[in-house]
Amino acid sequence: MSEPVTALGGAVFETGIATVREEPVQGMITLRGDLEDSAVRAAAIGASGAEMPDRGTITTSEDASLAWMSPDELMLLCPHGEVPERLARLQEGLGDAHALAVNVSDARALLSVVGPKARDVLAKLCPVDLSPGAFTPGMFRRTRMAQVGAAFWMPTEETFRVVCFRSQTQYVFDVLTVAAQKGSDVGIWPDPTGGG
Amino acid sequence: MSKRLATGGRLIDRQHPLEFTFNGSKLRGYGGDTLASALLANDRMLLGRSFKYHRPRGLVASGAEEPNALVHLGEGTAMEPNQRATTTELFEGLSAQSQNHWPSLEFDIGAINARLARFLPAGFYYKMFIHPRPFWKHVFEPIIRRSAGLGRAPVAGDPDTYEHFHFFCDVMVIGGGIAGLQAALTAAQSGAKVLLVEQTAHWGGRAPLDGGTVAGSPVDNTVEEMLAALRALPNVTLRRRLMAAGIYDHGYVLGYEQLRDHAPDADGPRQRLWRIRAGHIITATGAVERPLSFAGNDIPGVMLASAIRDFAVNHGVAVGRRTVVVTNNDDAYLTAFALQDAGLEVPVILDARVLAEDSAAMARAKSLGIRVLMGHGIARVLGGKRVTAVQICSQAGDGTVLEQIGCEAVAMSGGWSPVVHLWSHCGGKLLWDETQAHFRPDVDKSPTGADGAAFVSAAGAASGAMRLADVLSSATAAGVRAAEAAGFDPGSVETPLAESPEEAPIAPVWLMPAHAGYDLRSKAWLDYQNDVKVSDVELAAREGFESVEHAKRYTTLGMATDQGKLSNINGLATLAAARGSTIPEVGTTTFRPPYTPISMGSIAGEARGEVFQPIRRTPLHDWHEANGAVWEPVGQWRRPYTYRRAGESTHDAVMRETRNTRENLGLLDASTLGKILVKGPDAGKFLDMLYTNMMSTLKPGRCRYGLMCSENGFLIDDGVVARLDQDTFLCHTTTGGAEHIHQHMEEWLQTEWWDWRVWVVNVTEAYAQIAVVGPNARKALEKLGGMDLSREALPFMGWADGTLGGFRVRVFRISFSGELSYEIAVEAGQGRALWDALMVVGYDLGVMPYGTEALHILRAEKGFIMIGDETDGTVIPQDLGLDWAISKKKDDYIGKRAQARSHMTDPARWKLVGLETLSGATLPDGAYAVGEGMNANGQRVTIGRVTSSYRSPNLGKGIAMGLVLNGPERMGEVLEFPGTDGATYRARIVDPVFYDKAGEKADV
Repeated sequence: MSEPVTALGGAVFETGIATVREEPVQGMITLRGDLEDSAVRAAAIGASGAEMPDRGTITTSEDASLAWMSPDELMLLCPHGEVPERLARLQEGLGDAHALAVNVSDARALLSVVGPKARDVLAKLCPVDLSPGAFTPGMFRRTRMAQVGAAFWMPTEETFRVVCFRSQTQYVFDVLTVAAQKGSDVGIWPDPTGGG
Repeated sequence: MSKRLATGGRLIDRQHPLEFTFNGSKLRGYGGDTLASALLANDRMLLGRSFKYHRPRGLVASGAEEPNALVHLGEGTAMEPNQRATTTELFEGLSAQSQNHWPSLEFDIGAINARLARFLPAGFYYKMFIHPRPFWKHVFEPIIRRSAGLGRAPVAGDPDTYEHFHFFCDVMVIGGGIAGLQAALTAAQSGAKVLLVEQTAHWGGRAPLDGGTVAGSPVDNTVEEMLAALRALPNVTLRRRLMAAGIYDHGYVLGYEQLRDHAPDADGPRQRLWRIRAGHIITATGAVERPLSFAGNDIPGVMLASAIRDFAVNHGVAVGRRTVVVTNNDDAYLTAFALQDAGLEVPVILDARVLAEDSAAMARAKSLGIRVLMGHGIARVLGGKRVTAVQICSQAGDGTVLEQIGCEAVAMSGGWSPVVHLWSHCGGKLLWDETQAHFRPDVDKSPTGADGAAFVSAAGAASGAMRLADVLSSATAAGVRAAEAAGFDPGSVETPLAESPEEAPIAPVWLMPAHAGYDLRSKAWLDYQNDVKVSDVELAAREGFESVEHAKRYTTLGMATDQGKLSNINGLATLAAARGSTIPEVGTTTFRPPYTPISMGSIAGEARGEVFQPIRRTPLHDWHEANGAVWEPVGQWRRPYTYRRAGESTHDAVMRETRNTRENLGLLDASTLGKILVKGPDAGKFLDMLYTNMMSTLKPGRCRYGLMCSENGFLIDDGVVARLDQDTFLCHTTTGGAEHIHQHMEEWLQTEWWDWRVWVVNVTEAYAQIAVVGPNARKALEKLGGMDLSREALPFMGWADGTLGGFRVRVFRISFSGELSYEIAVEAGQGRALWDALMVVGYDLGVMPYGTEALHILRAEKGFIMIGDETDGTVIPQDLGLDWAISKKKDDYIGKRAQARSHMTDPARWKLVGLETLSGATLPDGAYAVGEGMNANGQRVTIGRVTSSYRSPNLGKGIAMGLVLNGPERMGEVLEFPGTDGATYRARIVDPVFYDKAGEKADV
């Protein structure tokens, strides 16, 4: 195998109200199953080391995360190189349980939007209440970004991680940079750093 | 003449002079001016020409309701037509041009229409141009189109950017006047998240001009105090220059924010469209004053009393040195007082009312030495491009002139209409308030949400509360209602005590004088922008247009860009009088968003240029682009149609690629084909229902081609299914089909077969897939090494996992070309490296990438159908001779029952055949075969059509497929296909498989 490449080769936009960046390859495993099924839960927890996420949230262990995608779907995030091993652990944990686990790392892209005005950028593109009290670190949202599907969460108060389909990475990067253009901050939410 | 006063102007900054141009002349204004006030300050009273008669027109109003003062704003690509001078903030270097005149504003040839006004009544166009029919399209329409319309369309793309913004709140208050401020404060005290928006650059609305006191202090102080209190609350968002354009179901509001219209040199987007979800909405949108209908009420200098007051008090601008006030209510007296305060002359106040005793306002006017004539009105305004005098008459009479008074301006007031547009957008009803002579929101018929509860409340003047104390108490009540509706407790709230002068009641006046003859009525304007007069509405009523909606469309009353903000009430009152009915019986026309026009750019938001729509790129996109790809859109994907070499035509490139794939080795980027994983104990049963053929009998390690139909039996998708293990299948779909077939699967699983144990995941983009096609395909892969791909190890229609050249791959032995062919799937992040490796090992083997057109020709040579070419949503597999792919053993599959219907089994359905021209030429794609005689519509009978047609380089002739009546039984017959080029093509019906009929080449 050669070194895996991302869709945009790590593109960066830094001249606006937030920094938009394509992140390096990210391991992602889709798990479809009945999330009430104890075998499915145990397998997800076992393979990730993270707790079972509640609806609309993401939980994180040292090096992996579990994101709630729907009542019958989770996403396991881990380093790209660990996917085969974690997928195997997941399959083993699932045993005979009726579930489907598959590596989707290369089907998707991971981008980040960073800075005190990052909320503004996301709120221009997604029909989500992004006010500081309404969307907080630990939450996870599958939604629409401009004209395509996307999901995001906040590892920290000033950082968004955005997941989109690989083929649409350029589009998502481009709409994020349009939304982050200079002079476009909405000025509606307090600056989390206390400045501005 | 209009001019800037030496002092005054609460909104302007005289230390901040600005230069701007109007029709090329350099003019000066101040910061805080609107374009309208700055033009008046420079004695520019004539601002445009009317739509139909090209009459000289000036300002009538001072705000969003202005019908006349529309200009071209900006220059070049940034030019925008139909911009209202009254809502355009002045900035340094602003450039405006008047519109709708030729050759110049001062001298306009179209004004001849005004002389012909008698011959251009309502419905003139309908009556005049209906016969002879062909004349409309070729003679009348081109001429009318040239003279119609207001502004010019911009000539080039808009250089500005726009964006959307999603916002959520518990309570949204629309309107930053004193009612909006009070309602927002009340709601915010409950802890609710409140958004307060104001369409202008200033808070406080009309309150500072209308006077009165709140808790003993002047009302402008109160505005400042309220603002300070709101700004201190963390749960309140205040936004100026943001107009609520429309209210929709579920508390959805569109807000139009103008960010750089007043500061064009600043960075960032020009406008932002807010997409707001509010728990409860308060419309505190105020009221607009109505004109009076008297002859000559459109001459520049005749304006709403409130507008004349606004310009004087807000901008220190006098419309004229002598202003006659004409009114039917007390409010207009405030204008007289304001003008006198500014040192201007008010020779007379004409009050149409006859009161038993003087109202407080009248008494005050008289005490100030202003002449007041009760029961009087204007017979006619004199003047052309500006007012010179008014002729006074008795309101009760027919217009006999009693006296003529010279003046430069006329301030008119016909009363106030609450701005009920936003209240009405989502179903709020109105009631007619007899006392105040206006429509106001009916609280018992509020717009209701999904739970049946009201989700909009009106406050202040917008609710019909016309006096300061009532304005404030209605706003408090609305704030309490909104907070409670949004689930908050507002606690105990007090309304500050307000005082304002007593007012005598209004007396409705819909025509001045009451018995004006035709001569006067045909010069009394209702709709300024669309040139509709009292006499036009009366004519419509006489001709039977009794419904207000019909009369509106017949006369065009209220149909201009101002949507009748000034004219509607006067118009329907005129219609009511002409019909002999009451105003509530006539009712209003429908209020629709947007409240005032919003730009197309703001609606598009970010979706323009590169991001107009999402373009999907495969992992090999960059390679294609660097190697001459001519792109073909397939769904949202871009696929290479062909790779053109230097000096090569697209057609030649396609021919080269098609030949080479049959002779040597072709590579195709097949990454876009859909790949859907289906897993579970019931997966086989599920696929047996989805596909027409049997999938559950497929062995692991094998592939099978399958067809998918809709419930109605029509073919919707096809592709190869590979069984990965006992429980798992991988379904390939067409490029455009991945998402909707995935959705189709989920829908059946979630709604009908929810108890079947099946999971589905769309893994289309996880893999790059490369088709390695041609006689040298196996040799190339053997050079990569790592897997035994011999006929014995991996036979036709088999698949295997393995490692090729160090890449972890899955190899499918399938062929859509009829050649020896492998499709190799690899993780998308490795796709480019594998492609590069294949290009290297293929070098000695004659490798060439090929595009979608070569793919099409190769499959057509083999008679393989293509979804979207041979199918169009009305074609069933049986039409295409695909009966072999329909299982006879299964009890059911989606579409089976539909395919048994009589129409589906009709032997007269057109069936798939091959077509070969007698001349070797290529048939036009989509051409119809004609039969004998004519159909019921007098058209030639058709007996078939071409579904695919190509030049085949391998066969050296044109080949085609088509659907033909009784086609398979007519082999060898020659059909006629008239082309759109005038030629008739003759083609023979043949077998659709043109190449390698025995299918030996793929199975080697």
